[in-house]
Amino acid sequence: MTGRMVLLQALLTEHYDLFLIPGLPFLAALVIAGFCLRPPRERLAPALLIPALTGSLILSVRALAEVGREGVPLTVSYAWLWVGSARLDIGCLADGLSCVMLVVVCTVSLLVQIYSIGYMKGEIGYGRYFAFMSIFSGSMLGLVISDNLLQTYIFWELVGICSYLLIGFWYRRPSAAAAAKKAFVVTRFGDLGFMVAIILIFSQKWWTFNFQQIAGMAHGGNIAAAAATPLALLLFCAAVGKSAQFPLHIWLPDAMEGPTPVSALIHAATMVAAGVYLVARCYALFAIAPVALFVVALIGAITLFLAATMGVAENDIKRVLAYSTISQLGYMMMALGVGGYVAGVFHLTTHAFFKALLFLTAGSVIHAIHTNDMWKMGGLGKRMPITAVTCLLGALALAGIFPLSGFWSKDEILSAAWFSHLPGHWFFFAAGLVTVFLTAFYMFRLWFLTFAGEPRSEEAAHAHESPWVMGGPLVLLAALAVVAGGLKCLVPGTGHGFGAVVGTGHGEEAVSHAAMALSILAALAGIGLAWAAYRARLVSPAAFNARFPAVHALLKNAWYFDQGWRWFATRVVLAGSGLAAWFDRHVVNGMVDGVAWLSGWASRQLRTAQTGQVQFYAIVLTAAVVAGLLAVLAREASLLQLFQVRP
Amino acid sequence: MALAHPLTTIVLAPLMAAVLIMLLPRRALLAVRVTAALAAGVDLVLSALLCWVYLRHDLRGLHFEDKFAWSPVGNISFHLAADGISLVLVLLTGLVIFCGVFASWTVTYRTKEFYCLLLLLVTGVFGVFVAQDLFFFFLFYEIAVLPMYLLIGIWGTGPKEYSAMKLTLFLLVGSAFMLVGLLGIYFAADPSTLPGGQRTFDLVALSAAGYPVRFQVIAFFLLYVGFGVLAGIWPLHTWSPDGHASAPTAVSMLHAGVLMKLGAYGVLRVGFGCLPEGAMAWVWLMGGIAVINIAYGAYVAMGQTDLKYVIAYSSVSHMGVVMLGLAAANEVGINGAVMQMFSHGIMTGLFFALVGLVYEKAHTREINAMGGFARRMPGIALAFTIGGLASFGLPGTSGFVAELLVFLGTVKAHAGVYAIPLFVIYAIAAVLAIVITATYVLRLLQKIFHGPFDEARYGDIGDARTTEWVTLVVLATLLLAVGFYPAPLTDLIGTALGPLVP
Repeated sequence: MTGRMVLLQALLTEHYDLFLIPGLPFLAALVIAGFCLRPPRERLAPALLIPALTGSLILSVRALAEVGREGVPLTVSYAWLWVGSARLDIGCLADGLSCVMLVVVCTVSLLVQIYSIGYMKGEIGYGRYFAFMSIFSGSMLGLVISDNLLQTYIFWELVGICSYLLIGFWYRRPSAAAAAKKAFVVTRFGDLGFMVAIILIFSQKWWTFNFQQIAGMAHGGNIAAAAATPLALLLFCAAVGKSAQFPLHIWLPDAMEGPTPVSALIHAATMVAAGVYLVARCYALFAIAPVALFVVALIGAITLFLAATMGVAENDIKRVLAYSTISQLGYMMMALGVGGYVAGVFHLTTHAFFKALLFLTAGSVIHAIHTNDMWKMGGLGKRMPITAVTCLLGALALAGIFPLSGFWSKDEILSAAWFSHLPGHWFFFAAGLVTVFLTAFYMFRLWFLTFAGEPRSEEAAHAHESPWVMGGPLVLLAALAVVAGGLKCLVPGTGHGFGAVVGTGHGEEAVSHAAMALSILAALAGIGLAWAAYRARLVSPAAFNARFPAVHALLKNAWYFDQGWRWFATRVVLAGSGLAAWFDRHVVNGMVDGVAWLSGWASRQLRTAQTGQVQFYAIVLTAAVVAGLLAVLAREASLLQLFQVRP
Repeated sequence: MALAHPLTTIVLAPLMAAVLIMLLPRRALLAVRVTAALAAGVDLVLSALLCWVYLRHDLRGLHFEDKFAWSPVGNISFHLAADGISLVLVLLTGLVIFCGVFASWTVTYRTKEFYCLLLLLVTGVFGVFVAQDLFFFFLFYEIAVLPMYLLIGIWGTGPKEYSAMKLTLFLLVGSAFMLVGLLGIYFAADPSTLPGGQRTFDLVALSAAGYPVRFQVIAFFLLYVGFGVLAGIWPLHTWSPDGHASAPTAVSMLHAGVLMKLGAYGVLRVGFGCLPEGAMAWVWLMGGIAVINIAYGAYVAMGQTDLKYVIAYSSVSHMGVVMLGLAAANEVGINGAVMQMFSHGIMTGLFFALVGLVYEKAHTREINAMGGFARRMPGIALAFTIGGLASFGLPGTSGFVAELLVFLGTVKAHAGVYAIPLFVIYAIAAVLAIVITATYVLRLLQKIFHGPFDEARYGDIGDARTTEWVTLVVLATLLLAVGFYPAPLTDLIGTALGPLVP
C-alpha cells in the first residue's frame, strides 16, 4: 500500500519528467541489449537511441526554458536507500547550470550518434557499440541532473566504466585493451578522493549530500573553512582524474584508441568535462576554501600550458586533439580557480561544440584514409571540402579568433585571471596568454598538415568525402561552434544571457579589452607561425629540432610523464605485489607450515620412546616406580623437617 | 508440513536428498543430479518465499519458529527461527547451492558421494544460519566444515591433500577457541537473568542474559579468533587460498560464497548478540585487522598468476570489508557488513563458477597463458566483467551498496574513548585499498579476455553450455538487480539489527 502511494505521488509530482532525461537513453540501452546486439537486428540500434536522445533533448530544452524564465530550480527527489541514520536519495536538480549542461550533452550526443551510423558501419559489434553509447548517454545525463554528491558519484563511476568499455571497443588490439585499463585505473585513482570526501561529509554533524543544502550551509557559514578545504581538495582530486589534469592527464591521449565518435563525445565534449562540472556544482564549497581555489587555478594553469606544449610535437591527429582537450580543460579549471565561474562554465559549453566538431572531422579523415599519422595526409582540402571547411571553423574557434565561439569564452577566462584577487594572478594570465599562442600554433599545424599542400601518401591522394550521415553532423556542429559565442548575450528561450542563467549568486564578471586584444594577437601569431612553418616553409621545424634536441625530445615524449608513471606502476606497484605474494607464501604461510613441521618433529622424537620391547617398558616402569617412591620419601622427609619432628 | 515448518524443511531437505541419493543406483547420474537440484530448488524457493513473506508483513525479530525439546540435560532444544539477517543469508545459501549443483553437473568421479557430501555440508550451513540453540549451532557448524575435508581431498586438484588437511586443521583449531567461548557463555550467564533461573543453551535466552564485563572481554576475544579463522581474518587466512584453489568448482563456490560467512555470522550473532560490552572492547582490533585484510588481500591478489588464487585472495580482501562493517558496530555498518556477505557470496560464487568453466575449456589457470577469450566466450566474458565490476564496488552492482554502507558506517563508529579518530582512518585506508582491487580485476580481464587470441592453442574453446548458463545468468543478474534496487535486502537486514548493535 505504502509503496503504491509513493509511486502515485511520484507520478503526480510536477517534475517527474526530469527523470526521463537520463531515463530515455537507459531504456534504449535495455532494449538494445535485449534485442539488438547481433546482426541483422543490430541495425535497429541507432534507430532506438536517436529518438531517445531527441526526447531527452526536448525535455532538457523545456527545463532550461522554464528555469530561465522562472529563475527557480526544479527539483524532485526520492529515497533510494534508507539505513539507520543514512537516508540516501536519488533525485534531480535542474538549475541553470545543469540545464545548460543537459542541453549540451544531449545535443553533442545526438549528433555524434548520427555520425556513428556512418562511421561504425560494418564494424563487428555494431550493436554493442550503440548499447554502450546508450548507457553512457544515460549515465552522463544522470550525472549532470543529479541533486546530490552520492548520486553524482554513482553516475561518475558509470560514465567511467562506459569510457573503459568504449576505449576497449576493439579489445583484440592489445593497445586498446591496455589503454582502456589505464584510463579506468588512473581516473579511479583520482576518484578515491571523491569517495573519501563522501564519507568525510557523512562523518560531520551537518551531513547532507544534497547540493542545494550544502551550498546553503556554505553560504550561511555553517561549514567551517577548515572543514571545507579538505573536502574541496578531495573532490578536486576526482576532478583531476576525470578531467585529465596534471599529473593524472596521462590516460587521455591513450584513450584515443577508442573509435573516434567515442573520443568526440566522451573524451572531448562530455565525460572529461565532468570534473569541471563537479567543481562548478560544488562551487559554494570551494568559494569558502581559498586554498582549494588556488590549487584549482594552479593545477589548471600548469595543465593548460604543459598539455599545449605536448600537442605541438605530436604527429597523431587524434592525440594532438587529445592534448588540446587536456589543455582546454585546464583553462576551465583555471577559470574556476581564479573566480571566473561563469567563464569556466561558458568555455565548457563552447568547447564541447568545437572540440566534438574537431574530433569528428579527424574521424572523417581517418575514415577516408585509414591512418592517424598527419605526415601521411596533406592536400585533403580539395578532396574533402566539407571536412576541411568545418575543421577550419573548429580550429578558428579553438584558437579564439573573433567572432567565433572560442574567442568569447577564452577571453572571459583571461579577463577573469586579469581581474582576479588571487595571489599570483598575473602568472595565471601569462600562462593563459602564452598558451593561446601555442594553441593556435598546434591547431593550424594540424590543419595545414592535413588539408593543405600536396598528398603525402597514396591513400591521401585518393581520399573521398565522407557520406552525408557524417557530413551533416559536422555542418551542424560547425554552425554551433561559430554562433555559440552569442549565448553570452542571450540563451534562447530564457531571455537572459549565459552568465545570468548559470551564475545565480556568483555575480557578473568584468571583461578586459586589453586582454582581448592581447589574446587575438597571440592567436594570430600562432597561426602565422604555423603557416610559416608548415605551409609556406619559411622556417624549418627540423632545423629547430636539430638546434635544440633536448627540447624536442622533451616535447616528443610529453615531458616523460608516461614513462614516469609506467615506472611507478610496474617497478613499484606490480613489483611490490609480487613481493607481497612472496611474503604471504613464505612468511605468513611459512609460519603455518613451520608449526605443522614442529608438531611432526616433536611427535617423531616422542615416537622413539615406543620401541615395542617389553623389557624396555619394564625397566622404564620400574625406574618410574622407584623414582616415585623416592620422591614421596623425600617429601615425607621434608614434611618431617617442616613439622620439626626429629627422628 | 513443509509450509508449517519452513525452516526445518529448509534445513532437512538437503539431508533427505543426501540420504535418497545414497539409495540411488550408482549409474543413475541424472537421477542423482536431479535429486540434488530438486532439493536445492526447494530450498531456494522456500527461502525466497520466506523473505517475501517477512517483508510483505513488515515483520521484525525472530519468526517461523520451530522448537522441539531435545535434551533436558543442559536444557537443549532443537530451536530454529529466523530474523531478517538469517533470511538474507539463507537466501544466499539457497542461491549458491542451487547454482553449485548446476556447476557440478560435469562431475563424473564418484558423483553420488560428491553430491551427498555437498548436500550434507549445505545442511550444516542452513542450520547455522537459523539455529537458535548454541548446541545445535555448534553441531551444524561442524557439519558444515567437516565434509570439506573429503570434498577437497577426493575431488580437488593440485596439492589437494595438503590443502584439505591445512583447511581442516585450521578450522578445527578455530572451533576449539569457539567451543571454549560458547561453553563460557553457557556457564557465565547470570542465572537470575535466565528464564526459570535455569542454565540453557537457548540463544535467545542467552542473548538477553547478563554477563560480567571481564568475562565478556575474554570470551569475545575467543569467539573472534574462533569464528575469525573461518572468516579468513589476517594472519589466520592462509588456509583459504590453498583450500579454494584446490577445491572443485562447486565446493569453492560454497566455501568462499557461504562458508566464510559463517564465521562473520557467528561473530555477529553470538559475539555481538550475547557479549556487546566485550565486543566494544575489541572493535578497534577487529577494525584494524579488517583493514589489513582488505589491503593485504587485494595486494597479494595482484601478485598472483594463477587465476584461482587471484579470486581466493580477493575473498580474503572482501571478507575484510565484512569484518570492518561489523567492527563499526552501528546500524549502517552492520547492515553493510551483511549486505557485503550477500554480495560477496553471489559474486565469488559467480567467479569460481567462471574460473571452473575457463579452466575446463582452456585447461590452464595461468593467466599469462590466456588472451583474447572474449571472442570465443562472450557470455563468460560478460559474466566475468559483471563479477569484476561488483568486486571493486562499481555503482550499479551489489558490491557498491555493501561497500558504501560499510564505509559510511565506519566513519560514524563510536570510537569516543580514543583520542584519534581511529575509524575514520580505517575507513580512508579501506577506500584507498579498493583501488588496488580495481587494478587487479581489470588486469585479469585484460589478460584473459582481451588482446590477441591464440588460435593454435585454444582453437576448440567455446562459450558456456546449457546447464552452465543457469549459474551465470542467475548470479550475474542478481549482482546487478541488487545493485540497482538494494532496498528490499537492506530493509530485511535492518529489521534484525536492533538487538545486535552493541
